[in-house]
Amino acid sequence: MNTEEKLQNIRRIIARAKRFDLAFSLLGILSLMLGVLIFSALFGQMLIDGAPRFALEFFTSFPSRRAEHAGILSAWVGSVLVMLVTAFAAVPLGVASGIYLEEYAPKNLLTDIIEINVTNLAGVPSIVYGLLALGIFVYQFGFGQSILSAGLTLALLILPIVIVSTREAIRSIPAYIREGSYACGATQWQTVRYHILPYSLPGILTGVIIGLARAIGETAPIITIGALTFIAFLPPAPYQDVFPFVNMSWLTAPFTVMPIQMFNWTSRPEAAFQHNAAAAGFILVLMTLSMNAIAIYVRYRLRKNIKW
Amino acid sequence: MSVIVLSEQYQPMMPADDIVSDRLAKRRTRNLREKAIEIVLLCAALVSVATTVGIVFILVKESLVFFEHVSFYDFLTDTQWTPLFDDAHYGIMVLVSGTLTSSLVGLLVAIPLGTVIAIYLSEFAPHKVREVAKPFLELLGGVPTIVYGYFALLVVTPLLQMFITDLPGFSLLSAGLVMGVMIVPYVSSIAEDAMRAVPMSLREGSYAMGATRFQTAIKVVTPAAMSGLAAAYILGISRAVGETMILAVAAGMQPNLTWNPLEPAATITAYIVQVALGDLPHGSVGYQTIFAAGLTLMMITLVFNIIGHLMRKRYREVY
Repeated sequence: MNTEEKLQNIRRIIARAKRFDLAFSLLGILSLMLGVLIFSALFGQMLIDGAPRFALEFFTSFPSRRAEHAGILSAWVGSVLVMLVTAFAAVPLGVASGIYLEEYAPKNLLTDIIEINVTNLAGVPSIVYGLLALGIFVYQFGFGQSILSAGLTLALLILPIVIVSTREAIRSIPAYIREGSYACGATQWQTVRYHILPYSLPGILTGVIIGLARAIGETAPIITIGALTFIAFLPPAPYQDVFPFVNMSWLTAPFTVMPIQMFNWTSRPEAAFQHNAAAAGFILVLMTLSMNAIAIYVRYRLRKNIKW
Repeated sequence: MSVIVLSEQYQPMMPADDIVSDRLAKRRTRNLREKAIEIVLLCAALVSVATTVGIVFILVKESLVFFEHVSFYDFLTDTQWTPLFDDAHYGIMVLVSGTLTSSLVGLLVAIPLGTVIAIYLSEFAPHKVREVAKPFLELLGGVPTIVYGYFALLVVTPLLQMFITDLPGFSLLSAGLVMGVMIVPYVSSIAEDAMRAVPMSLREGSYAMGATRFQTAIKVVTPAAMSGLAAAYILGISRAVGETMILAVAAGMQPNLTWNPLEPAATITAYIVQVALGDLPHGSVGYQTIFAAGLTLMMITLVFNIIGHLMRKRYREVY
């Protein structure tokens, strides 16, 4: 074999190796395109199927036996109220846990247990939270199948998300911020309250929004605690004319939420109800997508604006 | 000037001893407050531990009552699951078979697709593609599972019926396929993080030896990121086993001991949903079955997590 042939041989090997490069690039793009395709199919299908139902009445009517009169009023009001409870429970708990783990926790067994526990909780199937809530909130605490039970269940479900994002936000604050604060004589809590919390706020907010977007689409745990699928009334209004003007009885009211309403319509055989399911699904996806988009935007702004 | 004013204000009012004790008292309250805040924060952190304890407690408690009625041996070996019939049988394997079969279908989609996307995004994709693709995948992971269930039942099943003519209206196959698509973003995102954590020097070394991108990605980066990939796969398995709504909607709720994805079958999670939708009195055996089923589900997840932990240890590379 002379030099010329050897060179050609090597060139052939190189060309073949490069073909693999190209092939894999194409495979990668194809896989991504498959994702885009499925997503558009899903979104488009629901838009087309649900199109006849998009009208104001759909948002202002209760569910009905006649598909063309059915709406999502009780569902979206229920979803909003449940999210309110979830946010009120998950945000303080999650942020406080995050602060404790990052700023206060000593290196000991208890801290290790809490940390491992948070990681593991993130992997627990959501329906198991439903079973927990059914046993503890509904029967042990006697909250019943109410907005309060559902909100607390979802709060526990998204707690790991809030904790992890709080910790990440706090960890990205450089040590000299704390040192400066301590050097001026601030206590640990003053440092946390006036420096750590304000600077980590956008990061925490991102985590909270992503958590709530997850919670609003969760169906299984709420079905498990026994939410009703057919609700033709609204919970009592949160305000009243007489003192003390706030009425908390909505917390214990029966309710339904968007995903459950959609599940109910999807599992009916009549095509008319499936149009309703498509319309409800489209609105649900729109809700979660816009929440996720806000979170991504907040994170993007954060990355651009803060330069330590 | 101001110093004089201050001293004029303070000195006539308090003797030196009082000032000291006043300061000490302030410090004491401040220290007390700091301690109290720390304890409040610790309590918040302990809520997550309490959640785990609560889950284990409630599952074990109700399951123990259940196993007073049903022998553990029957639970594992019976080939029928008919807890709500007069002739009640409690063979959990019926539900486990549905869960494992649908998970297998889902993972056959999610693991290859997720890995290819992760390798592509981490090693091949130009910066711009990555900037667009990552948020998009995140959005895909944020779609509620009930919506995927609707999609599986009303789009994927009719589509599959064009190729497999005797496919029933509910099947593990179509639910599993859609579930796989749902899991792809979870797998790809963790796998990509793992691959990007591989030090640049390894890639540079490989390129310096004349390797192409493909060779570097497959023979250097992937083995180095193996422990992270294992973590991604385990998370995918956990998601698949615990997924509920897609299966409840598209796989049917008929308990069916089968390993054939072309048949309809109930999974553990679908069974829990089915019972919760009905009106079972608190404390009945039917009510306790869902906790026994939930405990089984947790055990399956636990086994996979332990396997994952061992794999991570086995493949861990330290740089």
